[in-house]
Amino acid sequence: MKIEILGTGCPKCRQMAEVVRKAVEKSGKDAAISKVEDIREISKWKVMATPALAIDDEVKIAGRVPTVEEVTSLLTP
Amino acid sequence: MYQGLSPFAKWVTYSLFSLSPGTHLTSALEFFLYEAPKVLLLLTLVVFVVGVVRSFFTPERARSFLAGKREFAGNGMAALLGTVTPFCSCSAVPLFIGFVTAGVPLGVTFSFLISAPMVNEVALVLLFGLFGWKIAAIYLGMGLAIAMASGWAIGRMGMEKYVEEWVFATEEAGGDAMPEEQGMSWGMRLRLGLDAVRDIVGKVWPYLLAGIAVGAGIHGYVPENFMASVMGSGAWWSVPLAVLLGIPLYSNAAGIIPIVQALLGKGAALGTALAFMMSVIGLSLPEMVILRKVLKPRLIATFAGVVGVGILIVGCLFNLVM
Repeated sequence: MKIEILGTGCPKCRQMAEVVRKAVEKSGKDAAISKVEDIREISKWKVMATPALAIDDEVKIAGRVPTVEEVTSLLTP
Repeated sequence: MYQGLSPFAKWVTYSLFSLSPGTHLTSALEFFLYEAPKVLLLLTLVVFVVGVVRSFFTPERARSFLAGKREFAGNGMAALLGTVTPFCSCSAVPLFIGFVTAGVPLGVTFSFLISAPMVNEVALVLLFGLFGWKIAAIYLGMGLAIAMASGWAIGRMGMEKYVEEWVFATEEAGGDAMPEEQGMSWGMRLRLGLDAVRDIVGKVWPYLLAGIAVGAGIHGYVPENFMASVMGSGAWWSVPLAVLLGIPLYSNAAGIIPIVQALLGKGAALGTALAFMMSVIGLSLPEMVILRKVLKPRLIATFAGVVGVGILIVGCLFNLVM
């Protein structure tokens, strides 16, 4: 499973990274988390608000910091 | 709600610290003890409500609404949408790209980008709470007018060539990459409201208290008509000076308004104080640095210049008619 966090490094992006890390831990999934911080790369995802969360190349959340439970449920469909 | 505050402030000042009335210190302290809890309460309430309201608006929705709109009407709608759509200056770049690649005209995009920080719910409510509805309405109307007019003017100038080329090379944003968050539950919306409170109030309270403390200092120590000579309507150069001073000063609305309040109380003209506030919150250096990634310096300078002139005109106009 591939998880990408899109954001230019604002405080909310760091919060999201933290939430995602906890959610992955909790779900016990084998997931590779990476951050996309370059604005040109981010713009290719067509998101208009950061931070955004993409799971397996699909944007799931944009413009807000989700809760751990929310991300966990996205990880285990 | 605030009725208990005035006696409380008096009690702490005169009984607890047993200070004698009429000195600089007591005057400053009483001001602080009355204003600080009042403004914090008001702020918490409003940020929560706005957080919930914003859950109904997304940048994607604003974009699909504005794409292909004509100038003028488009500028007006963009300015209005800019006030209610969730926006943070760190998202300014992806938002800009999303708008222009989807066919929202450059000037209309700017109307949105200008109004989003300048017409600020925190500022609006604090003005309402501290000065009454008239000044709050003036701020709202003038902020929207500046956003519309500046965006329209930038659109007229045909500045598209000063947008970094790679922006338009970004493959066209057809359709939303993300399925819209449909049927968001009320529980979720309320959570977003609480998030906003934690986020905004948690972040601005030190500035707010510092702002009120500076305000209290001015209230207690600066002589009554001192500001009238520097920032009064008699001095023609006061408005341009206020705008220029405001650009490098970067504060959120919550921190600046108590200072504005104190300046007004000491005889600064309304137009000058308003211009100062709009310049501080609407024209910020950090945002310009962020926008540099997609805009060439010439367009950034034009943007700052046009908005600055807009604020200047509003400030001078007010000093003339009031």
